[in-house]
Amino acid sequence: MALAIRAEGLVKHYGETKALDGVDLEVPEGKVVGVLGPNGAGKTTAVRVLATLLRPDAGHATVHGHDVVKNPRAVRSLIGLTGQYASVDEDLSGTENLVLLARLLDYSRAGAKAKACELLEQFELTDAAGRAAKTYSGGMRRRLDLAASLVGNPSVLYLDEPTTGLDPHARNEVWAVVRKLVSNGVTVLLTTQYLEEADQLADSITVFDHGRVVAEGRPDELKRRVGGQTLQVRPTSLRDLDVVYRILGDLTGARPTRDDDTGLLTAPVNDPVLLSTLVRKLDEAGITADELALRLPSLDEVFLSLTGKRNEGSLV
Amino acid sequence: MSTIALDRGVRHGFALAWRGILKIRKNPEQLADVTIAPIILLVMFTYLFGGALAGNTDAYLQMLVPGILVMNILQASMTAGVQLNTDVSKGVFDRFRAMPIARSAPLVGAVLADVVRYVVCVVVLMIVATVMGYRVQTGPAELLIAAGLAIAFGLCFCWASVFVGMLLKTPQAVQGIMIVLIMPLTFGSNVFVGTSTMPGWLKAWADISPVSMLSDALRGLLNGGAIAGPLTGSLIWMAGAVAVFFPLAMWAYRKRV
Repeated sequence: MALAIRAEGLVKHYGETKALDGVDLEVPEGKVVGVLGPNGAGKTTAVRVLATLLRPDAGHATVHGHDVVKNPRAVRSLIGLTGQYASVDEDLSGTENLVLLARLLDYSRAGAKAKACELLEQFELTDAAGRAAKTYSGGMRRRLDLAASLVGNPSVLYLDEPTTGLDPHARNEVWAVVRKLVSNGVTVLLTTQYLEEADQLADSITVFDHGRVVAEGRPDELKRRVGGQTLQVRPTSLRDLDVVYRILGDLTGARPTRDDDTGLLTAPVNDPVLLSTLVRKLDEAGITADELALRLPSLDEVFLSLTGKRNEGSLV
Repeated sequence: MSTIALDRGVRHGFALAWRGILKIRKNPEQLADVTIAPIILLVMFTYLFGGALAGNTDAYLQMLVPGILVMNILQASMTAGVQLNTDVSKGVFDRFRAMPIARSAPLVGAVLADVVRYVVCVVVLMIVATVMGYRVQTGPAELLIAAGLAIAFGLCFCWASVFVGMLLKTPQAVQGIMIVLIMPLTFGSNVFVGTSTMPGWLKAWADISPVSMLSDALRGLLNGGAIAGPLTGSLIWMAGAVAVFFPLAMWAYRKRV
């Protein structure tokens, strides 16, 4: 399969800090690759190198065969970039933002207006088109940001933490937009701190830690390595702990971990239906629970299992 | 650079200048330094010191207006650096840089947008001066030439502000440094008083400073009098400012961006 992005041995130092320490990355055409990692793992640095904003100290990278250092202009005409923080002009309206970018991409005056209208429509921002971007909600701003990165009809799109700081509703909106883009054949490099986001959107995931790639694979492969979901239950009364421990153990066929101080019981599960079974069994036994949840492994747990050490800048 | 590339560069510069002008329109308070500040200076100096310095305020006003125009254009020209410094740290600048446009387009755009501020400055100042009793002694053609010269002066010296703007980290620092540089430059001149009572070292500088030269050239153009000498001096200063600060500004800009 043809590669849209190929990076080999990327290195970038900031003084003593190695932001990138020999990163290889391959993104096949038309696919979504998720780069997963905590703050400071080098995700944004990698995107900035691939977007021609930063020269690597060593290694090289190409986008559709064009070298990001030797031929940045060719790369720039192929890519769209959505930064970690919405990179639109706050003082300008939605329309003005998009018209400006279209004019910079050599659209005619009328063509620029038409393109702006089309994108605002597509991203359901038509009603807010005339308002300054600073009056937009977080979700609207991200949508405008995404629209802005699509003015040049890019074939490769970089989404640098596109949903960080968004509420779940706005996050779902952004996800829907990304899915639609991918169905139109755009290649996407997505960075995220959330396993769930990578899971939802990416065809494959690359895990970064301290500027290195520590794992790669399809989401289900990674999750299997991490240990999948866990069921957590905390009975209201500590006296019920033994009974619940037994029920949970019978149900999952595993030995739950047990915290006698907080009363929290945790057991790995591979079938989400077990949650409702557990609810029924507790009900039958007349036991109430303060906490009862099915959890995906957190990024911390992914890290713990992939790198064998706890992630320093904890974020989940 | 081929002509096509140059043509696109200019077009992109204009697109970004349009952005700057839209921002001014949406935040008109950004124009305070080229509207309210010059008016306050003009009123204050005329009515507070005019009588003492020139016998009566009307005579002082005639001498002061061309000089205060120079002073305010110079102050307005420092915005380019502050504005660019603010812009560079924002995400939207990354977006521009990741687009297939000339690297210098945002710079050209910022400087072009500044012309609007210079024009506002000249127009506001001339209107207020006229209301206060100032009269152009020559004609409309001279007035236009004087206005054009003042704006060109701003465009030449704004590269110093771009240079400082690209060297320093924060917009506040840029503003601070520029005020420190511009204050002595404008007051150490013949804008407010003749240089004859100044100590020798100061007089030597004030007689040839760019601010004095242009003030005299504008006095010649607006009030009548010698033009050739001060005009030549002004043009030499302007050429010198471009020759020194344009390359420095471009160097600092390329390093930063």
